[in-house]
Amino acid sequence: MQLKAENVSFQYGENMPWILKDINFAVESGERVGIIGPSGYGKSTLSKIMAGYYKPTSGKITLDGESLPQKGFCPVQMIFQHPELSVNPRWKMEKILNECWKVDEDTKHAFGIEKDWMGRWPNELSGGELQRFCIARVLSPETKFLICDEITTMLDVITQAQIWKVLLEVSDKSNLGMLVVTHNMALAEKVCTRMIDITKWNK
Amino acid sequence: MLRRSNGKGWNGRSRVFILLIVATVYLVGIFVWGITMNPVKYGVNYSEKLVSPCIKHLFGTDFMGRDMFYRSIKGLSNSIRIGLIASVISSIVALILGIVAAIWGGWIDKVINWCVDLCMGLPHLVLLILISFMMGKGVRGITVAVALTHWPSLTRIVRAEVMQVRNSQYVQAAYKMGKTKVQVAVTHILPHVLPAYLIGLVLLFPHAIMHESAVTFLGFGLPAEMPAIGVILAESMNYIVTGKWWLAFFPGILLLMAVLLFDGIGESLKKLWNPGSGNE
Repeated sequence: MQLKAENVSFQYGENMPWILKDINFAVESGERVGIIGPSGYGKSTLSKIMAGYYKPTSGKITLDGESLPQKGFCPVQMIFQHPELSVNPRWKMEKILNECWKVDEDTKHAFGIEKDWMGRWPNELSGGELQRFCIARVLSPETKFLICDEITTMLDVITQAQIWKVLLEVSDKSNLGMLVVTHNMALAEKVCTRMIDITKWNK
Repeated sequence: MLRRSNGKGWNGRSRVFILLIVATVYLVGIFVWGITMNPVKYGVNYSEKLVSPCIKHLFGTDFMGRDMFYRSIKGLSNSIRIGLIASVISSIVALILGIVAAIWGGWIDKVINWCVDLCMGLPHLVLLILISFMMGKGVRGITVAVALTHWPSLTRIVRAEVMQVRNSQYVQAAYKMGKTKVQVAVTHILPHVLPAYLIGLVLLFPHAIMHESAVTFLGFGLPAEMPAIGVILAESMNYIVTGKWWLAFFPGILLLMAVLLFDGIGESLKKLWNPGSGNE
């Protein structure tokens, strides 16, 4: 499968500056494309557009030639930078984990999700623990592409390594396409098969 | 976050549970006692007019020799019933309209806002009297009237609460996980609105009782022979200047306790459901 951005431009309001201008690129299944660049160059905006959270001002996002589905499960799933914002603070972890699909025991084990975390509320877990839930819940068999927006930036190095190791295994096994947004050059070189420097697009 | 138990006494969760149970038992007790009470207990007895509180008549008697203790219990029971039915209906209408307006937006939001403005623009009491009169007064008239006039302000509060969470990341993510608007409204939005809703419900309850008594006072509500806290308080005003303090004091205290306990129930539920305090 191919997730493709065709002539995508974006601005937040009518008289606001262009964040992205005429961007063309594609991610294939099994590929891990890294997007690197300094703050304020529209990396997060681009990932939200690719995942269908924002509509591009002009141009379009296609999945195998068709535009992203507006209703029902979206095969392109996004993982956010702040896990504490992407879970409902009034839900217990078990409900959060199984919101998207019934997460199997293997996945839980691989991410080191412990049984006694299930009865807790999100404010009783750390950011790293929460992020594991956020990643595991979108790895359903129907997910074809993953957009990772700085998903391990707030974690310590050991946890980062653990999470990425599992994520790479899963993505190889189910042939996921990934878009990895990061500041961290070393991480990008380690996990990505191809890299795009966003500063080359936007001057 | 997880406060350690000090070893003595109960932890926060059990204390809250006990408060909840005591409050519920008190209110349900008065309610049931009032419904099943024999009318003879608060019957007219001209040989004992305006007796001050004593062992035989705990709350004294009124100008027709009716025992104020039983009359107050019966009255409170009636008031709780009317207040409860009216405020539950009213608040459910508010909850549904508020969530629908905020999630669907567009013309639905506009229409609901017009209705809210319309109802808030009309004087409450006029609307109450009109509806009560149209429904043939009595318990039914007053309940319908109070239920139909108390939803607008709570609708606004609920709508504002929903506005806050509807654009949050987890709600957006839920849509992408294939959840429909109804599913998101019920599973994500509702738990957030519940605390505001409960407070709204608790605040509506005394409001409903007050309006019930006001309309009754004007002669468009309950019949005069039916004891209700509103009727009792209105009557007692005629006697309070002559030093018959017990006519207003005890029923007033009973009403106050009922309202405070309602408030206690609301607060306890809020504590148990809130992630910040639910596991303490």
